[in-house]
Amino acid sequence: MSDVRLSGPPAASRRRWSWTDPKLRSSVIQIVLALIMVWLVWSFYANAQANLARLGIASGFGFLDNRAGFAISQTLIPYNESMSYGRAFVVGLLNTLLVAFLGVILATLIGFVMGVARLSKNVVIKALASAYVEITRNLPPLFQIMFWYLAVLSTLPGPRQSWGFGLQPLFNGIGSGLSGIGLGVLGAPISNFAASLSAPSVFVNNRGLVVPRPVFEDGSMAILYALIAAVVASFVIGRWAKKRREATGKPFPAFWTGLALIIALPLAASYAVGNPVTIETPELRGFNFVGGLRVIPEFVSLLLALAIYTGGFIAEIVRSGILAVSKGQSEAAHSLGLRNGPTLRLVIIPQAMRVIVPPLTSQYLNLTKNSSLGVAVGYPDLFAIFAGTTLNQTGQAIEIIAVTMAVYLTISIITSAIMGWYNKRVALVER
Amino acid sequence: MSDTTAPLTAPRVSPAQAYVSTTLREQEPAPVATRGPVLWVRRHLVGSVPQVLLTLFGIWLVYVTVPPLIKFFLIDAVWTGTNREACLPEKVGREVGACWPFVWAKLDQLIYGFYPASERWRVNVVYALGAILLLPLLIQQLPGKRLNAILFFGVYPVVAFVLLTGGNLEMQRFLIGSFSGSDLFAGAGTVQGMRVSFWIDFVVSTALVTAIAYLVSRIVAGPEAAPAAAKTTLSAFVLLGLVIFAMDIDVGLPQVETRLWGGLLVTLVIAVTGITVSLPFGILLALGRRSKLPLVKALSIIFIEFWRGVPLITVLFFATYMLPLFLPGRLTIDGLLRALVGVALFASAYMAEVVRGGLQAIPKGQYEGAMAVGLPSSLMLRLVVLPQALKLVIPGIVNNFIGLFKDTTLVLIVSIFDLLGSMRAAFTDPNWASPTTLFTGFGFAGIIYFVFCFGMSRYSMALEKRLDRAQRH
Repeated sequence: MSDVRLSGPPAASRRRWSWTDPKLRSSVIQIVLALIMVWLVWSFYANAQANLARLGIASGFGFLDNRAGFAISQTLIPYNESMSYGRAFVVGLLNTLLVAFLGVILATLIGFVMGVARLSKNVVIKALASAYVEITRNLPPLFQIMFWYLAVLSTLPGPRQSWGFGLQPLFNGIGSGLSGIGLGVLGAPISNFAASLSAPSVFVNNRGLVVPRPVFEDGSMAILYALIAAVVASFVIGRWAKKRREATGKPFPAFWTGLALIIALPLAASYAVGNPVTIETPELRGFNFVGGLRVIPEFVSLLLALAIYTGGFIAEIVRSGILAVSKGQSEAAHSLGLRNGPTLRLVIIPQAMRVIVPPLTSQYLNLTKNSSLGVAVGYPDLFAIFAGTTLNQTGQAIEIIAVTMAVYLTISIITSAIMGWYNKRVALVER
Repeated sequence: MSDTTAPLTAPRVSPAQAYVSTTLREQEPAPVATRGPVLWVRRHLVGSVPQVLLTLFGIWLVYVTVPPLIKFFLIDAVWTGTNREACLPEKVGREVGACWPFVWAKLDQLIYGFYPASERWRVNVVYALGAILLLPLLIQQLPGKRLNAILFFGVYPVVAFVLLTGGNLEMQRFLIGSFSGSDLFAGAGTVQGMRVSFWIDFVVSTALVTAIAYLVSRIVAGPEAAPAAAKTTLSAFVLLGLVIFAMDIDVGLPQVETRLWGGLLVTLVIAVTGITVSLPFGILLALGRRSKLPLVKALSIIFIEFWRGVPLITVLFFATYMLPLFLPGRLTIDGLLRALVGVALFASAYMAEVVRGGLQAIPKGQYEGAMAVGLPSSLMLRLVVLPQALKLVIPGIVNNFIGLFKDTTLVLIVSIFDLLGSMRAAFTDPNWASPTTLFTGFGFAGIIYFVFCFGMSRYSMALEKRLDRAQRH
């Protein structure tokens, strides 16, 4: 019998330079791609150098220290025209964060109420919530911002005929309404009752919203410390209560204890240092309000539009989250003897949150990004101050737009990092 | 003893049958409270005290919003007039609602912008063609989707471009001219508005590139692959040549600059261009993100996450103020085109995520099956993966389109007048300044936006249901 080679390939031939070799192909593709990228970056850089020199535009971040020379209508930190562009940037960033923060809170409230209302058994409420969701989601956010600013807020009466908000106007309205439809018997006492209440302290007019302003005097810090202490304490109590419940099965009303602490401790601290916080209510003097805090109409319209627009999206997220929890879960909880409250709190909501939180975060991000639309009505946010006014004055488009994008990008990345951490924590542990 | 139990205890019945009735009981009507309208009302309106309060609150809310709106927009509205006088309560002598003559007067501006009146038929033809091609594409039951899609995504944009701008691009140099920096056969004259030197350049470049493709593929992949490579290259160039030819030839239409465009025209141009351009780029990026090549994957992820992480308005500013600085100085780009570039970058990143969702939904068995029958990866994508993935993400694409449609409003911040921008410009006309002008304008623009977006979202929902049903078997 002749030799039979049982194993091993035929003597290694010269390796063919073949396009079908996946390893080779992938390195060729990547090298070509890398070369293209290098060429692109280089040509952008060279073109930018040439263009900047031709147009006489400075480069670098030296301009941040230059005098800004423009006023800003809403500043959370002290600012005036003689301060630098860098300071104006910080003012704008804080304004963006303020409107985004309040917008997120308001939108969440609106969204959860509307989302639950869409699942209501009551057809009237259900229809109203559906109409709200469909209308707000299908109109562009910029349209809504401009609508509130141009069509609503700027057509309000001037300061002297401001609309007041409070219990007095409410009861006055009910009283005169009842009298109007022939129920003067009921209406008159309500109107009298309204007259006995204190005058309203929140006003809306075409120059914005006027609200009472808290004035902090010496010693106010004590209240803040007390509040922090209360929050920490209730957190610790919560952990302890959970541990004890898991060990012994004995429940402890941690929520109510925490709430009581958070309310009582700052009050006690305030009393101890002699009530340092006073409320300054606005008063109409001459043609405008004196005292109180004036919120500019640009802010009000932007906040309203963002909250209402995003609220519509959140409502849909909440609805689908609740629907995603199967009915068997609540039935099982009931058959274990849990009542409606604990069923909702311990069974339905934790499972619904798993579905709700990821899209909810992206809505929060959208709201933050959409806050840049305030530029259309002149709200001095990061975009309007930096990419708007500063860009106009200095012409340094590359630096300014890059920084603006970087800020929004940083906010996005931080949010998605937190999101990823949360997702990992609540994800279903599959066997 | 009641008579209903009497038959059961009768002595003639054997014990085994004692508890089984031999006759069917006559059905009794259900109690009034558990059926029909009474139950419905009870369950849905007045079940408990809080329910009654909620119902009353809801009815009150409807009462204070709906009748005043109807009164404003229909009953008290002014329907005819030539200027603001028609809408002033002092002049009319009654309460005045919506000022519709304002909208009629500005309607042309809202639909065409400042497009020259004598040329508006071109815009109308583009609108009509778009509708004729789009409708059969949206109705699932109609045949010929492939041809229809090619017409809509391939031919229609070119036709629309030529009709809207007037074509006649005056192309100067192609590849050889650009690289060498001088014209081939300069001074060869023009034919029908086309420079002869450009087309000579084009033909020579095409021949050259095809030859290079033939030689390279022959060396790399062997002699049997070379003709196919040359054929693919040649047909790509011929296709490109046809598109350039259509845009370059002088068809006799007067040029209309894009700064004269406005209103609904700009809104639709931006939204449709954005979605058309973003589809191929989005698919490429989505594939890139799932690629095994680390560099391709990293670049795709950076691109997608970057554009998704910043607001569209900064992207528009980037395209308007920053991009021109990065391009060679002699290149001046049209304002609308800059905005289109920004929108395309932004939309591609969002589209990539939508397509990625579809790719992830394809079961692994499909890939394995394709590999088992020996398909190379390019054919596997084209024949097995993409057809299934894209079908799954049609609702997502429609939702993307809705978002893009709403986002087009932002171009008014870079001084391009879309529907909303034209409306805002119309508000400043002192001829029509009246107390109700603003509300009328916002009402009208709102209805247009709502009809478009709501219609599309309903379509996407119906489609989703259909696909869901098809998925199940």
